[in-house]
Amino acid sequence: METYLSLFVRSIFVENLALSFFLGMCTFLAVSKKIETALGLGAAVVVVQGITVPVNNLITTYILNAGALSWLGLPDVNLVFLQLIIFIGVIAAMVQILEMILDRYVPKLYNALGIFLPLITVNCAILGGSLFMFNRSYNFSESVVFGVGSGLGWALAIVGLAAVREKLKYSDVPKGLQGLGITFIVAGLMSLAFMSFSGIQL
Amino acid sequence: MTTKTQTILLDPLIDKNPITFQILGICSALAVTTKLAPALIMALAVTFVLSVSNVSISIIRNHIPNSIRIIVQMTIIASLVIIVDQFLKAYAFELSKQLTVFIGLIITNCIVMGRAEAFAMHNPPVASFVDGIGHAMGYSLILIIVAVVRELLGSGTLLDYTILPLVKDGGWYEPNGLMLLAPGAFFIIGLLIWAIRTWKPEQVEKTEYQIPKQNRSEVM
Repeated sequence: METYLSLFVRSIFVENLALSFFLGMCTFLAVSKKIETALGLGAAVVVVQGITVPVNNLITTYILNAGALSWLGLPDVNLVFLQLIIFIGVIAAMVQILEMILDRYVPKLYNALGIFLPLITVNCAILGGSLFMFNRSYNFSESVVFGVGSGLGWALAIVGLAAVREKLKYSDVPKGLQGLGITFIVAGLMSLAFMSFSGIQL
Repeated sequence: MTTKTQTILLDPLIDKNPITFQILGICSALAVTTKLAPALIMALAVTFVLSVSNVSISIIRNHIPNSIRIIVQMTIIASLVIIVDQFLKAYAFELSKQLTVFIGLIITNCIVMGRAEAFAMHNPPVASFVDGIGHAMGYSLILIIVAVVRELLGSGTLLDYTILPLVKDGGWYEPNGLMLLAPGAFFIIGLLIWAIRTWKPEQVEKTEYQIPKQNRSEVM
């Protein structure tokens, strides 16, 4: 239990996908002008990340890894080189399925998340999460915890950035820094703040 | 070279730079630039993927049904990235270890998808190739600038050759550790954008709210 809690806290704060691994930066910088939109996108990322990382974990263990196909009578097959294309396919399919399920059963949530779901397919935080899961060889339960935790961390970062940018609207920023430039500096300061979490051990 | 090809090739260098102007492909620009060598490899990998994907998508652009074009583009890009990934694992294993997941993340690098969608889908192969090379050059330029600053100030070396001898090796330079950490990358790109926009004022973004100018006499 303790290892899971530690992994959870680490994936939210210490190894924050956005601020220490720079994943999902394009959306992070482009869709953080308003807190409401940032909240919607953050929620969508938590949901998709929480589903795709464990699913990709199952696929890796039972289909792609060396010797994983022995249940089919093919113990010598190693499909790891197909990993990238399979992962991105799974992510795109998951996003599509999630969209249809939400549309059918939870239309309210669908309307709130609607426009953000397709954006998520090309968000590198999602693919990055799955690749980190493979690189660090998490098992299934670890990958569930890591998926939800890293999604929450990303959501936290984008909501924080959006809050800062809303306040920043009324400040006198030097001409060349307006817009993108000052956003980078703010993100840098936030990442500096998040570095104070490093070294926390549970 | 006609003027049209020239604009396609040279515009993305500064005027429409993918990173500092179009906000595309920022993840890798920040993540792989702690040292110059991985940044160079990353630049080469993106150049290869971007130009080849642009050409191949442009060749079959009239045969792709509109509703499934994203999936088709994704498949082409993912296959190219797999080639790069396997090649690096075979011939430059150490560097591919350093780049970890970021080679795989070229798939979701918005530059590649963005150019496929915005340019290669509507233009012939040769122009698409030139466009791919141009954007890859703009991307590489920023990557190399950021990597040079970070490696030089952060560890006093360039491509692992000592330029500024460090204090701990008997030299005079005290390395700036911030450059090697995540915040340093954000600051450098932010300042770089400031520099470019001071040089090219037409890139400055309009703010929604401008603080009204006040004269000294009114305040008193």
